[in-house]
Amino acid sequence: MINYQVVIPLFFYLLLVYLMAIYANRILSKSDNFLEEYFIGSRDMGGFVLAMTLVATYASASSFVGGPGVAYKMGLGWVLLAMIQVPAAWLSLGVLGKKYAIIARRVRAVTINDILHARYQNRWVVILGSLSLVLFFIAAMVAQFVGGARLFEGITGLSYNTGLILFAATVIIYTTIGGFRAVALTDAVQGVVMMIGTTALLAGVVVAGGGIPAIMAKLSAIDPALITPAGPDHFLSKPFILSFWVLVCFGVIGIPHTAVRCFGYKDSRAMHRAIVMGTFILGFLMLGMHLCGALGRAIIPELAVGDMIMPALTLKVLPPFFAGIFLAGPLAAIMSTIDSQLILASATIVKDIYLNYIRPEANTQRSSTGGKNPLHRLSFYTTTIIGLIVFAASFNPPDLIVWLNLFAFGGLQAAFLWPLVLGLYWKRANAAGAMAAMVTGVASYMILAVFVKRVAGMHVIVPTLLITLGVFILASLLTPKPDASIIRLFWGDGQEREHGQ
Amino acid sequence: MEETEITGTDKRFIQANKEALWATALALCYFAWWYLSAYIPGDVPVEAYTYIFGFPTWFFLSCIVGFVLFSILAALMVTTVFKDISLASSDKGVEKT
Repeated sequence: MINYQVVIPLFFYLLLVYLMAIYANRILSKSDNFLEEYFIGSRDMGGFVLAMTLVATYASASSFVGGPGVAYKMGLGWVLLAMIQVPAAWLSLGVLGKKYAIIARRVRAVTINDILHARYQNRWVVILGSLSLVLFFIAAMVAQFVGGARLFEGITGLSYNTGLILFAATVIIYTTIGGFRAVALTDAVQGVVMMIGTTALLAGVVVAGGGIPAIMAKLSAIDPALITPAGPDHFLSKPFILSFWVLVCFGVIGIPHTAVRCFGYKDSRAMHRAIVMGTFILGFLMLGMHLCGALGRAIIPELAVGDMIMPALTLKVLPPFFAGIFLAGPLAAIMSTIDSQLILASATIVKDIYLNYIRPEANTQRSSTGGKNPLHRLSFYTTTIIGLIVFAASFNPPDLIVWLNLFAFGGLQAAFLWPLVLGLYWKRANAAGAMAAMVTGVASYMILAVFVKRVAGMHVIVPTLLITLGVFILASLLTPKPDASIIRLFWGDGQEREHGQ
Repeated sequence: MEETEITGTDKRFIQANKEALWATALALCYFAWWYLSAYIPGDVPVEAYTYIFGFPTWFFLSCIVGFVLFSILAALMVTTVFKDISLASSDKGVEKT
């Protein structure tokens, strides 16, 4: 059965998202640098939009559907795990930092592969980077689509496939026509919706449960382990939970769709403001959403699939009309992660592969005929096609989406973290090191994740990043130093030396 | 710092490095807070738990106080350590301290 009271507010929300895409498309059509506008919004983000788009990008289906779903089963210990992400905003903006933003402007970077291209000047680094980015993004986006469609199904009563079609169509269309600016703007609105949704849902849960002490007593009666840091059966052992510090906190520096935002801001002040706001908002959302899942166990104790807890809670504790508005919160989180991955995957194919290696001359032949640049069309098509591939793959969904999503998440870190961070801060880092690190990183992560699962109780991202770091350093030291021009670009003042070249 | 061995070092990078170190240090401090406040009061039998506002003490300290405290510390770090510098591609000088 279809729940119209829920569907109608959702419909208006989706409409708002489309309107923003149209607005962004207006700006795009007036821009004189199509690529920089479409793929990075002309590096024009202010503090608020930057904070929101960063947070919205972190807060994916795993934090809004999968995460609370696991918190439902694991109790407060999983909330503790989720709170590891609190430093993510100041860490990724601070560590990549202003140096990265300055260099992005020097080399006119649109994607993070542009930075790698400038730093390592090696086509294989760029090609490997692009390939792993596109592949892992597709995997991650499928997980997000599945999460979104499941949520749709749970709340509206529409079938999974209908939910998927409505949901996917919206994301693909607004990302395609509006580009990065539409993505960042909708992320900002989605961030606000998430904040409101989280607050309302948490309040609803606490009231429905009869206050915190009563809920804790109920949880403790179901299983005392639900209110311990270790969780039922000590599932959240210390080595396991500690390795999440690497996976969801320090490692996020290397996540491409986060990293690309770290040079998309307007000025230092925007970055400062984003750190302050982003940290607060991210912490608030992580705490609120996961706490809802954990406390929800006291309200609806008998759910078979943990993933259904958020929709079930929303319907149970909020009046239907509001449920529709607040469902938009988690849905927004999912959309805002997909859109950022979609636009970056498209940028990677168009900018890093096509323009670098297939037709380098394409960018220069702009509007000589007065008509539309073929590059514009290519960019739109690429975005659409990637969206459709992901959409098609989402019809046959796997069960616990949090793990699927984390698989891609870790793989991206394995590929990009060290090439980015060492590229910025270690002069000796060179192309051989970066290439070796990317190959071993992705390969060892996949092998460990599939065959070993946990190493000494830790998530496999920890050994993977250690191996990768070792390989990077070793390979760099065994091969020649990077060229002096690269050092000047990344450490010098960015001006050509008089006697130089 | 080895930056000096290159002529024409962009002074803004020195400030940027400093900010990156601070960001890392603050994350490590958060880790220490998170770990100690969660596991010292949390790693005892449930019967021995104490509660603050209904939450187990470990949870209240690590997840709620920790989050509020470090949001404030992050804001302090940004206002005291971080500098408003130009991001333009060439060095127009660091703003006076």
